[in-house]
Amino acid sequence: MLRRRLNRLCGGDEKRVDSRTIYVGHRPCPDTEAFIPSKFCDNRIVSSKYTVWNFLPKNLFEQFRRIANFYFLIIFLVQVIVDTPTSPVTSGLPLFFVITVTAIKQGYEDWLRHKADNEVNKYPVTVLEDGRSVKKESEKIKVGDVVEVVEDETFPCDLILLQSSREDGTCFVTTASLDGESNHKTHYTVPDTEKDLQALPATIECEQPQPDLYKFVGRMHIYKPEQEPAVRSLGPENLLLKGATLKNTKKISGVTVYTGMETKMALNYQGKSQKRSAVEKSINAFLLVYLCILISKAVVCTTLKYVWQSKEGQDEPWYNQKNQKEKDTNMYLKMFTDFLSFMVLFNFIIPVSMYVTVEMQKFLGSFFITWDKDFFDPEIQEGALVNTSDLNEELGQVEYVFTDKTGTLTQNNMEFIECCIDGFQYKHRDTRSELDGFTVTDGPVNKLQQKAGQEKEELFLRALCLCHTVQVKEAGSEEVLTDQVDGIDGMQPQPEEERGFIASSPDEIALVRGAMEYGFTFLGLESKSMKIKNRENNIEEYKLLHVLNFDPVRRRMSVIVQTKSGETLLFCKGADSSIFPRVKPEEVDRIRMHVERNATEGYRTLCVAYKQLSAEEYAVADTGLREARLALQDREQKLMAMYNQVETGMSLIGATAVEDRLQEEAAETMEALQGAGMKVWVLTGDKMETAKSTCYACRLFQRGTELLELTVRTLEDGRLKREEKLLELLRDYHRRAVQDAPPVKAGVTRSWSTANQDYGFIIDGATLSLVMNPSREADASQYRSLFLQICQNCTAVLCCRMAPLQKAQIVKMVKNSKGSPITLSIGDGANDVSMILEAHVGIGIKGKEGRQAVRNSDYAIPTFNLCFILPQFLYQFFCGYSQQPLYDAAYLTMYNICFTSMPILAYSLLEQHISMEILLDNAALYREIANNAMLRWRPFLYWTVLGIFQGLLFFFGVRFLFSNPALQDNGQVFGNWSYGTIVFTVLVFTVTLKLALDTRHWTWINHFVIWGSLAFYVFFSFFWGGIIWPFLKQQRLYFVFANMLSSVSAWLVIIILILLSLLPEILLVVLRKPRGPHSRQKKPSQSNVGGSQSSQSSARPLLMRTFSDESNSVI
Amino acid sequence: MKNEGEAAKRPDNTAFTQQRLPAWQPILSAGIVIPSFLLIGLAFIGIGIGLFLTSQTIQVWEMDYTGVEKDSPCFRCTILSNQNCTCEVIFSLSTLFTGPVFFYYGLSNYYQNFRKYGVSKDYYQLAGDTGYFKNPEAYCSPYAYDSKKNPIVPCGAIANSIFNDTFELYQIINGTKKQVPLDGKGISWWTDYNIKYRNPSPVNGSFAKSFDGTVKPINWPKPAYELDLTDPNNNGFLNQDFLVWMRRAALPQFRKLYRRITDGDYAAGLPAGNYSLKVHYNYPVLSFDGRKKVVFSNVSWMGGKNDFLGIAYLVVGSLCVIMSVVMLVVYAKFKFSDDDEAR
Repeated sequence: MLRRRLNRLCGGDEKRVDSRTIYVGHRPCPDTEAFIPSKFCDNRIVSSKYTVWNFLPKNLFEQFRRIANFYFLIIFLVQVIVDTPTSPVTSGLPLFFVITVTAIKQGYEDWLRHKADNEVNKYPVTVLEDGRSVKKESEKIKVGDVVEVVEDETFPCDLILLQSSREDGTCFVTTASLDGESNHKTHYTVPDTEKDLQALPATIECEQPQPDLYKFVGRMHIYKPEQEPAVRSLGPENLLLKGATLKNTKKISGVTVYTGMETKMALNYQGKSQKRSAVEKSINAFLLVYLCILISKAVVCTTLKYVWQSKEGQDEPWYNQKNQKEKDTNMYLKMFTDFLSFMVLFNFIIPVSMYVTVEMQKFLGSFFITWDKDFFDPEIQEGALVNTSDLNEELGQVEYVFTDKTGTLTQNNMEFIECCIDGFQYKHRDTRSELDGFTVTDGPVNKLQQKAGQEKEELFLRALCLCHTVQVKEAGSEEVLTDQVDGIDGMQPQPEEERGFIASSPDEIALVRGAMEYGFTFLGLESKSMKIKNRENNIEEYKLLHVLNFDPVRRRMSVIVQTKSGETLLFCKGADSSIFPRVKPEEVDRIRMHVERNATEGYRTLCVAYKQLSAEEYAVADTGLREARLALQDREQKLMAMYNQVETGMSLIGATAVEDRLQEEAAETMEALQGAGMKVWVLTGDKMETAKSTCYACRLFQRGTELLELTVRTLEDGRLKREEKLLELLRDYHRRAVQDAPPVKAGVTRSWSTANQDYGFIIDGATLSLVMNPSREADASQYRSLFLQICQNCTAVLCCRMAPLQKAQIVKMVKNSKGSPITLSIGDGANDVSMILEAHVGIGIKGKEGRQAVRNSDYAIPTFNLCFILPQFLYQFFCGYSQQPLYDAAYLTMYNICFTSMPILAYSLLEQHISMEILLDNAALYREIANNAMLRWRPFLYWTVLGIFQGLLFFFGVRFLFSNPALQDNGQVFGNWSYGTIVFTVLVFTVTLKLALDTRHWTWINHFVIWGSLAFYVFFSFFWGGIIWPFLKQQRLYFVFANMLSSVSAWLVIIILILLSLLPEILLVVLRKPRGPHSRQKKPSQSNVGGSQSSQSSARPLLMRTFSDESNSVI
Repeated sequence: MKNEGEAAKRPDNTAFTQQRLPAWQPILSAGIVIPSFLLIGLAFIGIGIGLFLTSQTIQVWEMDYTGVEKDSPCFRCTILSNQNCTCEVIFSLSTLFTGPVFFYYGLSNYYQNFRKYGVSKDYYQLAGDTGYFKNPEAYCSPYAYDSKKNPIVPCGAIANSIFNDTFELYQIINGTKKQVPLDGKGISWWTDYNIKYRNPSPVNGSFAKSFDGTVKPINWPKPAYELDLTDPNNNGFLNQDFLVWMRRAALPQFRKLYRRITDGDYAAGLPAGNYSLKVHYNYPVLSFDGRKKVVFSNVSWMGGKNDFLGIAYLVVGSLCVIMSVVMLVVYAKFKFSDDDEAR
């Protein structure tokens, strides 16, 4: 909120203007009117919430916005104002404690943010000023400054690349910390700026800051003496984003366009609103229930008090007369004060420490994730990163997992498998031998059964060599020449003649290397000319005229090159669906078969086409492209139109197949997730066949799975229109998957046999948009609900050919469906960002059951308080409804914050109901906790009833004992404080021992905390009762506890009441389905029936990797 | 931002951070639960029998002397105009009442646990702090000042309403009354008498002078320093009866220790025979429908007579035994076969 406000302040006065003008190096430019240095905000990043000055008021304000805290504040104020049974200290102290602890926690988190901010803001950067390099702190950068950045540094602000140390005017960056894409991206300098930066007279006109990372439109005017200013278009390829890191380039210089909170990184960072956990919401619901109990208790007591008082002599017996003031008070006012007094007396039913306990649990729990060495990735030297501690518990409740395919299920590490030239298949065996070569060992089948014409073959390979944006890694660098995609295969030593390539997409590298294996080596791009070494070891040179960049909508890219001989050629490669319509149909048939077969095998297929451009054609295309590039408005559309215009009438040369290897143990993970009752949805942009085979490969679909397809192909039906067919299919699938199938019960382990038919559902992007946005609005909800119901009854759903936005749409749809399940998204690419933001839990699974503990503590705390307050309530019936407290104020105060909170905290942090090994082997156990199982009303009711039972037991047990208050062997009698102390002792012991009963995983910390808090209670009671406290007006507990312990009867009653109140719990534990190791060890053997060979497979490795990948993506 | 010190990011490999602390995982299996239930049950039954039998041996004699009925001996004292009324209750014991005998008075429908009543005292006064004699605690109102605005010491409702019936016990031997000596020492908590409550230090050697400028509580016949004229150590706030009264009862029906019979001929108990209890009837209870009674009781290691505990232990103990049997049956039928397999 603050940030937004700050933002408004920063860019306030120029918000009205659509673009901003930047003077490079703050130099006035000859041609412009007057040099008005506009006000832009400085380069400070503020992610912190508080400053030293506003911390106290702001933090207090935010804390008191919580229901419970506000409630306690009110109670405190009531106690201060009205004459109430307990002093304001009893509720003021816990409140103070809670507020302080929370404030310390939040202060600490904010301090960390400040530190992080400072690290960024104070980072030294080099700025060119008046011809000199000046070291400055990052926050002092102003818009228009020319900044120098060296290799491996992150950019301090959004820069327009002006100069690069590389000869071809490019630089490489990795935006891993922005969008999670760890590959290298190529950025280009603005043409004509490479010379003298010191005195470059130029202005930049660009759009106002906007959060889209991949959009930027601008124009640069370069003023030359006695010439028309040259205009250069600026696009995202010229813009270096703050937060990205310079790679493989010694040094660049750029001019600052956006600073501080206006950088794209900062703008994106804002978008992340606070995710409020479901648990907190349900805590509030339970609080409401307890508030109702509280109010009804107070009302009952007030009513009964006045009924009781109406009897003669009860209201004002001679021994307890009222003073004048009380007599004068208005009856209704008295009733109201009485009501408030009862509220105050019973207010402890709402535990003041609940939020603190839950929050501490989350806070410390998130440390455990960070500390977990199994999440540590040695390659990127980073462990898991927890961005918000508020969502830990949701990790244990995920129902739907949305995963991207590329990079998440698969390694995004491509390998060239085969190609098909002019209908003939060329296969390349992967033999992992010393040479990743082109082995002919397998006889005729292997290489090619029949050869295509030499010419075609070479054209194809040239196309592979030319049509890409791959860079050759510079020789002479100390590093081994290796591929620099994800650093994944960088470890294998490469043969000498192998080259290191850098590309924005691993497919491209795979293709270039594939071509290399067939004898065509790409040597590099030097000043707009591409060099290729052909089979005869001759160097061919091509002039690169245009690159028609890849984009996910077009799904293809092209280059226009000029050969030595002057021919102009266009090479295009792309997805079959985008190429086939643009080539001659007769060529398609020959290749389609291969493409489809490859796709079925799970390979990524690309088709390659070319076209020869005549001089006129090229001239048209050239001007069109240049114009479109310069356009400030609608540049995207104009470019797109131009691209489409150029990429027509091509001829198909061949197709390639590239394998994207599955992540290690992806299959095991998927199986584990499904076993855990989670529904796995794969959302991918890939072809259906590819995606489907990946799904089979990672056992998302199994042999017995019946696939329900809803794709463009199934919709093609001669008789019916697409929408009608869609509806028909939806109904049909709905009948099969939903109506005929027995309802899937939560908690029922999926049968590994085929007794229950598994359904898999496949839908593609085009059909999905039909479902989501049918032509007739009226159908929308019907389609959607049918679709959703089918999906929910399928074990796996595959959505292919998805646009990024559609991915988010799906996540949103599931999230908002009935029961609002918790969703989790995993992805690694930019196309997954929207989907990740949409889901409840961004990323990261920890299949550990410890989270169940939170649930328990949520219940435990209020329930503990129910049996705490119930005796207090019952006592009112025996003290003339006079609001006499049963327990001493110290006990009331300490109960929540000292005697019971630590065991709950330790329990919730350390509890492992089931050991990690067993859990990892048998993910089905996850079912028991997912689905918010512990947050349902039934257990809540059970806890409440138990609390009531215990409260009744405590009170009446002691009540019957006190029918003769002479409990000591010296005949002396006990008074009311002894009564309360006995009840309280029983209470503390029962509550703590009950927690001990629930604890299955006793570490020394549990022992320490549980026995420690009991010992602390005893010690405290002795101490509190052992001293005459000078600041107390009433020494009520003086030696009460010690006296109690001297009475055998008191001991006996305490023991029997504790046992009796724990009896239901013990019985339940014993009679419940035994959860010993015996019963558990049987399950894994069952799960193996499903066909998994590796029984020790663990869910962890894949999850770990995706987690750590993703951990980079948030700043 | 540079790639330095990254090794430091590697999480510590300690048992705690990796959540692999050695843990004891108790499993409540049938093999443990059934025998322990049986043991607990038997132990409880044992304790219960002991408690019950002990409780049975405790002798109690009690009698309501409020005088509600017209024919009861104290009926005439219930008439308000009758000041300084005494009445005599005659009773007989058929067997020896084993000593030491404890003499309690009991009140019912008397709410010592009213909140306002409970706070109506000034601890600082009672701790002997004369600084508070002149300015009693506000909680004492309306028992803080008398009608002439003199401060009351000890102030407050509790002190003001001290139980002021007194009793004399006589054994009737051949028509003559032999007084049974009643011991008023040690009837209050030791800590109350010795530490918690303190008398003001005497002024010029006179204890009474330290109360100068204050008045006695309205209902009191005598000021605090003259509560027990026979024993100078039983005066002021350190009067045993006062201390017993100041320890508020938990429930509206309560008894408080009045005297012990430990001395002389009656140290071994009250022999069988006729007794006369002479009651100085001062304390009005009928206005709030209260009752007064006297209780003679002896005590055991568990205190006064209370059958509840013994019965509770017997019930819970039998419950445990029954449950262990039931569990045994259940496990024998369903569970043992499974367990054996697993082993």
